[in-house]
Amino acid sequence: MAIYSKEEARKIMEKALNFSKADACEVNLSGSESGNIRYARNSVSTAGHRSNQTLVVQSNFGKKSGTATIDEFDDTSLEKVVRRAEELAQLSPENPEFMEPLGPQTYLESKTYDEAMASVKPEDRTQVAADSIEPARAKDVTAAGFLNDSSGFNAMMNSKGLFAYNKSTNADFTVTMRTNDGTGSGWATREANDLNKLKAGEASKRAIDKAIMSREAKAIEPGKYTVILEPAASAQLIGNMFGSFNARTADEGRSFMSKEGGGTKIGEKIVDERINIWSDPQHPDVPSSTWSGDGLSRKKMNWIENGVVKNLFYSRYWAEQKGVDPVPFPSNGIMDGGTATLDELIKSTKKGILVTRLWYIRTVDPQTLLYTGLTRDGTFFIENGKIKHPVKNFRFNESPIIMLNNLETLGQQERVNGNLIPYMKVRDFTFTSLSDAV
Amino acid sequence: MKRRDFVQLAGLGAGAMMLPSVPIFGNNITAEQLLTPGMDAALKKQMADVALNAAKSMGATYADARIGRYLNQYVFTREDKVQNVVNTESFGIGIRVIANGTWGFASTNSVDADGIKKATEQAVAIAKANAKIQIEPVRLAPVQGHGEVSWKTPLVKDFKDVPVSEKVELLLSANAAAMENGANFVNSALFMVNEQKYFASTEGSYIDQDVHRIWPTMNVTAIDRSKGKFKTRQGLSAPMGMGYEYLDGIASEKIEGPGGVKLYKNSYDMIEDATEAARQAKEKLTAKSVEPGKYDLVLEPNHLGLTIHESVGHPLELDRVLGYEANYAGTSFATIDKWKSKNFEYGSKVVNLVADKTQVGSLGAVGYDDEGVKCKKWDLVRNGVLVNYQAIRDQVHMLDQNESHGCCYSQSWNDVQFQRMPNVSLEPGNEKYSVNDMVKDVEKGIYIAGRGSYSIDQQRYNFQFGGTVFYEIKNGEVVGMLDDVAYQSNTKEFWNSCSKICDKDDYRMFGSFFDGKGQPSQVSAVSHGSSTTRFNGVNVINTGRNI
Repeated sequence: MAIYSKEEARKIMEKALNFSKADACEVNLSGSESGNIRYARNSVSTAGHRSNQTLVVQSNFGKKSGTATIDEFDDTSLEKVVRRAEELAQLSPENPEFMEPLGPQTYLESKTYDEAMASVKPEDRTQVAADSIEPARAKDVTAAGFLNDSSGFNAMMNSKGLFAYNKSTNADFTVTMRTNDGTGSGWATREANDLNKLKAGEASKRAIDKAIMSREAKAIEPGKYTVILEPAASAQLIGNMFGSFNARTADEGRSFMSKEGGGTKIGEKIVDERINIWSDPQHPDVPSSTWSGDGLSRKKMNWIENGVVKNLFYSRYWAEQKGVDPVPFPSNGIMDGGTATLDELIKSTKKGILVTRLWYIRTVDPQTLLYTGLTRDGTFFIENGKIKHPVKNFRFNESPIIMLNNLETLGQQERVNGNLIPYMKVRDFTFTSLSDAV
Repeated sequence: MKRRDFVQLAGLGAGAMMLPSVPIFGNNITAEQLLTPGMDAALKKQMADVALNAAKSMGATYADARIGRYLNQYVFTREDKVQNVVNTESFGIGIRVIANGTWGFASTNSVDADGIKKATEQAVAIAKANAKIQIEPVRLAPVQGHGEVSWKTPLVKDFKDVPVSEKVELLLSANAAAMENGANFVNSALFMVNEQKYFASTEGSYIDQDVHRIWPTMNVTAIDRSKGKFKTRQGLSAPMGMGYEYLDGIASEKIEGPGGVKLYKNSYDMIEDATEAARQAKEKLTAKSVEPGKYDLVLEPNHLGLTIHESVGHPLELDRVLGYEANYAGTSFATIDKWKSKNFEYGSKVVNLVADKTQVGSLGAVGYDDEGVKCKKWDLVRNGVLVNYQAIRDQVHMLDQNESHGCCYSQSWNDVQFQRMPNVSLEPGNEKYSVNDMVKDVEKGIYIAGRGSYSIDQQRYNFQFGGTVFYEIKNGEVVGMLDDVAYQSNTKEFWNSCSKICDKDDYRMFGSFFDGKGQPSQVSAVSHGSSTTRFNGVNVINTGRNI
């Protein structure tokens, strides 16, 4: 079993540190076990089990550092790996941006592990696939899906007294249902740290309904439309926006977050005042690690408050240069929602498009955060508060900054890729061409 | 490994945002470990046989074992600083079985008899559990057992024999050249990959392969602080299936394109390209914004390669066509009925597209694929007509063919192998025809070099591509640089607008280390060769916005 307890991990890492003769030494130990099943054409295709564990040792002499790893943990191997890291450190050029390891830190309690998830068997995964395939077949629909469950741990210790440990479990399920006449497609996703909360069967039903509803889509003119974006549709655009929340690139003048004439956009209003985005590793619906890979403590943090940029990420080096506290990259994102359900959002829409998800999103212009991509697996025309008919997929060219400025209504939140994102109604979303893809 | 882990490994923080997303697989090791020979072939055979025998005794009707040692080195720099030198090693075994007519797979880094037996048990248990919902048993195309054979990437300089200091010096010299020529920032990196993989199957193959790849990358940024504007120009290198000799910058491998753009075939001059990158990044800051409309596009191979990848390579993967990728990468417009008709016009008559796992210097070149099939070259589109797909052993029977195309691949011992794109290339034109001849024939057009933004739908109809540099062509002359250019088209319409292809003297390869497919997602390295090619009357949009 590749998963070590906190005490087992501590013992191995202490042994490694005792061998160190460098100015400082830092070790990271991790391991994981994961299982998956993949199905398509209403039958299972590939499935597997993966197991791995690693110890990474970083030694430094002044600003010269070296790194080595090993996957055997007896005394001889531990000493060998420490010596190797030290030899490499002595050979390396000085890195003026090297930061000494951090001293002891205090971390919040982590809520990322579920015991039941750690004991999933092949038969459990087969059942998830069967519960998806059977209802599909009954409705003349073809199912393709994927379930991956994993458990793992990460631990860190250094010669300055820092110790961190986190154990986590996770399960991800996605399913695509296609009607057998090839004209309809629906998709749904579920994820959880706890297998009982996954509800894969419910997701399959939703995808089947969407596939049937989306048959024989009509083409409508591309242009600017009011859109209702399901959380899976907006999550990646919002995530991409956070790629520019890096203080250093902003200060250097090569980011959307760079201010004209110099500096960053901290304190500037960049989106609608109803937009609040924050992160919290202890959030019960999206728990995540309470420390970052370089040992910094992760806490609740506001990024956008009432449309105003509150914080950017600062690496330890850049924080020192700027005389501020370092801010680690968050491990989740939570965007405040409203109370409206999807049905209510549709009811309040005179003319618009409902978007299930967006696909193949790529940067077009990093200066304006312009992205392109396409709608997929369920795109519908709404008229006078009702879904009128499915529409052909569109290509969009849009910026999340413009999208969040054109906000009409916020709806309820859903978990997507470890984040909580609300349903959103947005005006003037830019579709630039039609796609024949189903 | 996910991007987040990469950022941590590279120690880059901010700088990583400027680099391609790199899923590095493996553990950090010291430089001298890279030179340590791995497990010898006799021992690997012994270990593989443990898996094959265990699988058979547990009721498997077929089994293969892949023992992999992946040795990679990455050097990251920015301006005058070395950010990190990373050596990684990953070693383990992946075991794939068919039991009760169903696939099962398990992998472990415990490469001893006990670890291997345990993983084999897991693979067989998974296969048997899943057999309960299997509709049709797996059918494998016959393959000849090759006995004990080996293959190695032909190379002149193994990256592992080149001192780290030489690599660092090259990158820092390139960075200095860019800074001296007006760049504000430069990030550069060298990615060097060595896959030592051993394949054994119950059909009598024991195949030892040593695969090398290299990729120098760079991003050069110019800034106009007063306007809060920045522009980036990527390097015009290609990742190659070559040794360190790719970085020799041999003069005979250089080509000059329209607008004075300096281009490279099988040898890359990184310092020269850095100098040009700085000049062009600055020029982009004030370049004319494109007028949207229809243009004749003259596409340079380092640009066209990505368009080939997305609009030809992916739609002709048989697993996509059949629906095996429906839940992730998508399906394909190039359906079986179109192929069966024998008259589906994928492109104009001049379009010939070939798949090739043997092309020297390409990223996809190996002797045998990851299920022991000897590699080959075959036609996908001939004289514009769709003639074949890319398929592996458990798929070809669905095409009424009985020979695998030999394009099965796994990114590591830790992942299951499946159908991956071979090198897919556009054949050069037969008549003598240079890039300058081509530009002379264009009344209103744009010359595009280098890769840029790319996006295509899940059935590969509608796409939008940008580029690295754009030059306006008016009445047969290049008149200046353009910016904010992207073209939107439909695959069939686009390839049918292909009017002229330069000859073989202009042929060169584009490539990617990170073609993604599958669940769990895996990357694969693939090249795409072509000569400069013209497409008539393509829709160009302006991507400039004011926020």
